[in-house]
Amino acid sequence: MNSPGLFFVHYLMIINERPTAYPIFANIKTVAMEDLKLEELFQAKVDAELKIEPKDWMPEKYRKTLIRQISQHAHSEVVGMLPEGNWITRAPSLRRKAILLAKVQDEAGHGLYLYSACETLGATREKTVEDLNSGKAKYSSIFNYPTLTWADIGAVGWLVDGAAIMNQVMLCRTSYGPYARAMVRICKEESFHQRQGYEIMSVLAKGTPEQKEMAQDSLNRWWWPSLMMFGPSDANSTNSADSMKWKIKRQSNDELRQTFIDRTVQQAEILGLTIPDAKLKWNEDTKHYEWGDIDWAEFNNVVAGNGPCNKERLVARNKAHDEGAWVREAAMAYAGKQAKRKAA
Amino acid sequence: MSNTNENNWPLWEVFIQSKRGLDHKHVGSLHAADAQMAIENARDVYTRRQEGQSIWVVPAAAISASQPDDAAMLFDPADDKTYRHPTFYIMPEGAKYI
Repeated sequence: MNSPGLFFVHYLMIINERPTAYPIFANIKTVAMEDLKLEELFQAKVDAELKIEPKDWMPEKYRKTLIRQISQHAHSEVVGMLPEGNWITRAPSLRRKAILLAKVQDEAGHGLYLYSACETLGATREKTVEDLNSGKAKYSSIFNYPTLTWADIGAVGWLVDGAAIMNQVMLCRTSYGPYARAMVRICKEESFHQRQGYEIMSVLAKGTPEQKEMAQDSLNRWWWPSLMMFGPSDANSTNSADSMKWKIKRQSNDELRQTFIDRTVQQAEILGLTIPDAKLKWNEDTKHYEWGDIDWAEFNNVVAGNGPCNKERLVARNKAHDEGAWVREAAMAYAGKQAKRKAA
Repeated sequence: MSNTNENNWPLWEVFIQSKRGLDHKHVGSLHAADAQMAIENARDVYTRRQEGQSIWVVPAAAISASQPDDAAMLFDPADDKTYRHPTFYIMPEGAKYI
């Protein structure tokens, strides 16, 4: 059996030696027994690849970890609309504009699927949104970088969505049913996002020298932040062990990052663009690329709120939320009036 | 903050029929002020790629569900009745269309 189970067994053995004359200990014993049984049952389900559903018993930490992860994921989809929305009015053609609009609308949809999954764990929508707006909750730090040129819309689709897909494909098999179902839906839609981005890059890379330069500059700026999207390296990842045991995650941050690099280098070669990493080198023995060092100080600094756009993003979210308040109120007032009229 | 409780839109469960003749299938949930808005939001959230041709929305609060812990007891009556399946019966050799 797993180690927390053993811990509890050991714990019970100690408690069992106490005389039941201590009612408080008897109480602890019942609770601990109950939890042990439930936790073993839960882990057995996870080990047997049975999905955990909202009404199933789950360890409190499993619930909390999921609420944190799913809400951060939802916030990332929602905040992710901002850097892309920046280019809707300036897209270079009607075709590109329609595509970008559809993509941003998808991101809103993805946020909603995830917020709904989060609610099945008992987190209310209001509280979750409030945590984003107050700055308490985190979202993917990549969205704190600005989209300075049109090529950035290409790089975001190709690299940022590409990196997200690596993670999301894995999450289609996550142990929590509602999260897994949301991810399946998202993955179906996400592949268009990556392909439209790569297409933008390919058109620019084959264009005028200035356009190619713009594409290269964009790759230079987005490459390293994209690698940071997979999170701290395994040695420094605090939540990984439990998440792996509970099958919330099935691959480590470093494994996913490596696969992403292996796939993306070839795609850059097709474009004739250069990955901005002097240490990048194919290793014939491991059949993987070796690559340089991620600037984790930069990552930590952006996560801490000091990235180029952290403040701007929160201001934009709060503005949208506050300016939408009257719409939410009016809709409820209208619904109430209609219901009353129907009842009369 | 004007976001008081009565201004929080209630939760609706969404069911989509992807094609005529098929069942409506649960696809997820969303918040909306009333049924009409729930249907319109469901169209935008769950049918952006022609996934449906009919939508049902049900207030989440109106759904009663069985408890997972009761599953063994609840479904026990069906466990020992294999004779409810056609494969239970032994057919004589050579019989056709049965």
